[in-house]
Amino acid sequence: MMSNFPISEVRRDFPILDTKINNNNLVYFDNAATTQKPQSVIDSLSNYYSSYNSNIHRGVHHLAEKATEEFESTRETAKSFINASSTNEIIFTRGATEGINLVASSYCKNFLNKGDEIIISEMEHHSNIVPWQMVAKENDLVIKTIKVTGIGELDIENFKSLLNEKTKFVSVVYISNTLGTINPVKELVKISKDAGAKVMVDGAQATSHKNVDVRDLNCDFFVFSAHKMYGPTGVGILYGKEEILDKMPPYMGGGEMIKDVSFEDTTYNALPYKFEAGTPNIGDVIGFKKAIEYLNTLGRENIYRYETEIRDHTWNELKKIDRIKLVGTSDSKIGIFSFYVEGFHYYDLGLFLDAKGIAIRTGHHCTQPLMDKMNLDGTARVSLAMYNTYEEIDYFIDELKKIISK
Amino acid sequence: MITEKIQKEIIDNFNMLDDDIEMSLNYLMELGEGLEPMDEDLRVDDNIIKGCQSKVWLTHTFVDDKLHFLGDSNTAITKGLLSLLISVFNNRTPEEILDSKLFFINETGLCRFIGTQRSNGLEAMENKFKLIALNALKNG
Repeated sequence: MMSNFPISEVRRDFPILDTKINNNNLVYFDNAATTQKPQSVIDSLSNYYSSYNSNIHRGVHHLAEKATEEFESTRETAKSFINASSTNEIIFTRGATEGINLVASSYCKNFLNKGDEIIISEMEHHSNIVPWQMVAKENDLVIKTIKVTGIGELDIENFKSLLNEKTKFVSVVYISNTLGTINPVKELVKISKDAGAKVMVDGAQATSHKNVDVRDLNCDFFVFSAHKMYGPTGVGILYGKEEILDKMPPYMGGGEMIKDVSFEDTTYNALPYKFEAGTPNIGDVIGFKKAIEYLNTLGRENIYRYETEIRDHTWNELKKIDRIKLVGTSDSKIGIFSFYVEGFHYYDLGLFLDAKGIAIRTGHHCTQPLMDKMNLDGTARVSLAMYNTYEEIDYFIDELKKIISK
Repeated sequence: MITEKIQKEIIDNFNMLDDDIEMSLNYLMELGEGLEPMDEDLRVDDNIIKGCQSKVWLTHTFVDDKLHFLGDSNTAITKGLLSLLISVFNNRTPEEILDSKLFFINETGLCRFIGTQRSNGLEAMENKFKLIALNALKNG
């Protein structure tokens, strides 16, 4: 059944969708890598630079005042968006990756001791693996990984068996960028907390598709990126519970994060500024607010309902093609389809689809350990967003069939 | 430059495809299929060209002062690109290979089709041919 999602209006808001690629209409199916931007986000960037560009905080002049106000209002909007308790819990970063690095570096380096254990999962993106490896190496910590089942779900029993009194930190992905699996993060958080561990959720693939309520999840940290939810690149948010962030030392030194500096000593600024050294990415933070507002206006329940319909359509059509082998077939998933075709390399497939204007991603999707586990060196990946249509999916399926019969 | 003639032939062949990207990809695929087969036991890590996104293997023999190349790739399009390079460099002396400048890549517009990331891989392939030629010259 087709929902009454205003797809035509939504598509009109994204100017790039009218682009022609090799004389074909662009079909953009690489949304898990980055989403396209609505006109309101693009306009807000242009408007900032053309009418009130200024450095924020501390300035006494009109432009500084206006820029600060807009910048801080994104923090307020983001707080409501994920239902945080206070704007002190909203730290601007360059993206989800920086948020994870910040916590690994500031929290784990200072509050974990030799031999303590960190649990991640086999389906993590490299950005939720490497920062933990770095801190583990430096501080003699142990990393354990939750197994992924054949259909691409986390093995909860395996997770429980990994927990013990040494487990101090758990960091798991909400929605897998390779498999599309929506993990039961609320349950995972509860299990972790019952075992006495702090928990971080990597929400990079979640916030554009699902409602996120950090208080309901009860996670200690939550990270996400603006560019994967219709906002600008180079901005992300680290959410952390205030009482924990308060105890954590700064991650970088510089301007903005200080209260008093002398050559003898420096006292640090309060939250959230103590984690925001240097001039931030002002324009893009301001643009980010428009992206959140765009999602709020449509309503994420409506978006999720429509995206589930186009997910099901894609899934049904892909299943009909014998040679397509899907990787990640949990019922609990968003419209991310990783697959391979026997006898046709994913790299060739990506090039032939591009000739038809269809943008997909090919390779290991920054999840090499997961690929190794599945005995694959890569896949083709289609990742859908709210502006994709049934027509685009049908066109893709037709072209896919033609290409693989070459 | 002795490889000028073959490079001009490649350009002429691509010009007949009218800049159609799909036809160019099909043509590359056909070229790859026509490549002299490489034995499975030569597709080993020692023969892999690093810097390519897809796997590319290249091996050679050096007889009567001429280099003979055998290559393969796990992807059809890259194999097509490799076959073009082999057609330019095959059965040449090391001096001729080192003296060659590859101009067909730009003039066929192949760069536009294969993108920057992939043309880096093409550069890695070209460098490998030249390195083999250099070693052959040094070691005889």
